[in-house]
Amino acid sequence: MNHAARRRYPPAGAVDVVVIGAGHSGLAMSRCLAELSINHVVLERGEIANSWRRERWDSLKLLTPNWQSRLPSYAYRGADPDGYMSASDVVEFIDGYARLIDAPVRPHTTVTSVVADGGGYRVATDRGDWRCRAVVLASGAHALPAVPAAAAALPKSVATLTPKAYRNPSRLDDGGVLVVGASATGLQLADEIQRSGRRVILAVGEHIRMPRVYRGLDIQWWLDAVGILDERYDEVDDIVRARRVPSPQLVGTPERATLDLNALTERGVELVGRLVGVTDGKAQFSGSLRNHCAMADLKLGRLLDRLDRWAEEHGNDRELGAPERFAATRLDAPPRLCVDLARERIATVIFATGFRPDYSWLHVPVFDHKGRLRHDGGVVAARGLYVLGLNFMRRRKSSFIHGAEDDARELSAHLAATLRLGGGGRVPRSAVG
Amino acid sequence: MNITAIKVDNGVNVEALLSARQALTEAPEAARFTWRATCQWVSGTHSRSVVHGFFGLGTEQSHKTAFRYDADHPEIFAAEDNGATPVEYVLVALASCLTAGIAAVAQNRNIQLRSVKATLEAGMDLQGILGIDSEVRNGFDGIKVVFEIDADATDQEIRALVAQSQRRSAVFDILTNPTNVEVEVR
Repeated sequence: MNHAARRRYPPAGAVDVVVIGAGHSGLAMSRCLAELSINHVVLERGEIANSWRRERWDSLKLLTPNWQSRLPSYAYRGADPDGYMSASDVVEFIDGYARLIDAPVRPHTTVTSVVADGGGYRVATDRGDWRCRAVVLASGAHALPAVPAAAAALPKSVATLTPKAYRNPSRLDDGGVLVVGASATGLQLADEIQRSGRRVILAVGEHIRMPRVYRGLDIQWWLDAVGILDERYDEVDDIVRARRVPSPQLVGTPERATLDLNALTERGVELVGRLVGVTDGKAQFSGSLRNHCAMADLKLGRLLDRLDRWAEEHGNDRELGAPERFAATRLDAPPRLCVDLARERIATVIFATGFRPDYSWLHVPVFDHKGRLRHDGGVVAARGLYVLGLNFMRRRKSSFIHGAEDDARELSAHLAATLRLGGGGRVPRSAVG
Repeated sequence: MNITAIKVDNGVNVEALLSARQALTEAPEAARFTWRATCQWVSGTHSRSVVHGFFGLGTEQSHKTAFRYDADHPEIFAAEDNGATPVEYVLVALASCLTAGIAAVAQNRNIQLRSVKATLEAGMDLQGILGIDSEVRNGFDGIKVVFEIDADATDQEIRALVAQSQRRSAVFDILTNPTNVEVEVR
């Protein structure tokens, strides 16, 4: 379809809306704009679903079951609704969507700058410039790994990796591995590396503990049914904190197994506190592990209480399995505070410490003092500028594939109103292919 | 307003704390505080520290009065025992920081406290400070804090209070994470 797309549309020019990024968010927005008859292009630095093709480890599965994967006018129709997609399944899913909606995607087009221009924007790319009235940033929340400052002090003999570059245990240097971060990613990598026969130490800070299955149903079913995934950014107490919450400790396996810190301890992974520094080749860990585990256990308890209350109120209490409570996170001995990396033959440190978006090409004054994009539920603090796919952007589900639809519908409606009101300057219609 | 609502009062002005948080979010430079203490040697292991002034909200501030603290060592150390040992002051700092946090969080969560009691214990192997065994550290090998709390709340809510107070405690952070310490001589 890439060739067809290139024939039908000029390589660059003028258009009402430029969408940057052809992942699930950008394509959902493209569909919504098409439904509103707003002409647009979707610029993609690589291919459709690029990061799913190139920046995922081999065993990765989505944290959401297949039945939950949907986009505007599109849903999973396969034979395994309770299974979990691999990265290549996701590529196929998103590729299929791009074909279905016939999205005007310009692949291999890297945006180099976005500047305000005559009330609208000028989007410069390595394949020519676009003028437009509105820009939708859909380049993802995971462009750059967020690596703690302590990484800089690691000895040269230790290899450092982020989940973008990690593929599988066999590609690691011989020796032990320190995995930093206890989100879904950190736990999954610690688990598979430990199973490969290497020694693994896992540095654990704040984390979210969840069973894969609760009372017989996938935890994502519960979060969806109870309305937790639909909670809005303007309804929660502290949205700044809510947006920082790491992904829940989940893994998608055929057995629908729960992956928590207790499971890792049983398999021989050593738990330590948050990595707080590296001095003279020694990694130092916070003494706060016990409290971080206690907080996650309490939070899990509150979540399960809420799910049980909901089940009782909605009358399906009897159809479900019995309420369950899970053992507290076990810390057998006082966790170690210091690990001499050379002496313990730790060859690799993997930073599963989250990501941040890359807006280095966005030359519009829309950043706060910490360099974060200023936006109100995706409506960026500059007329005609929108963002999609950030963590808890409009709803708790915003960063998930199934979270794109509601956000894209609302933001495309906002965008259409802005264009009707004459926002974003004027683009000569004749210039549009 | 619900007139049957019982007003929770732990003696914490949460509105003031929340508006300070809001103000300092907007003016991060005002959030830079400097805490100070001076210490004068008296005799032997006895010293007297004073805290009075500090810097914050962009200007010099001070306590209502200068607070004095005698530190010494017990008689079994061949000292005169004119005050708590320095390491006991560390326990005092941790206990009072966590307790203040519990009161503030409880107020914010609308939980009436009736009593909060903390008991602290810290182990230390003197072979460290005496230089007998270089493998043994000078400081505590661990700190154990036990809270006994009577409040209008469930057990889980009380545990969550204690967890949150650790999460927001300065002294807990100072003790659990490394801090650069620079000591110079003038």
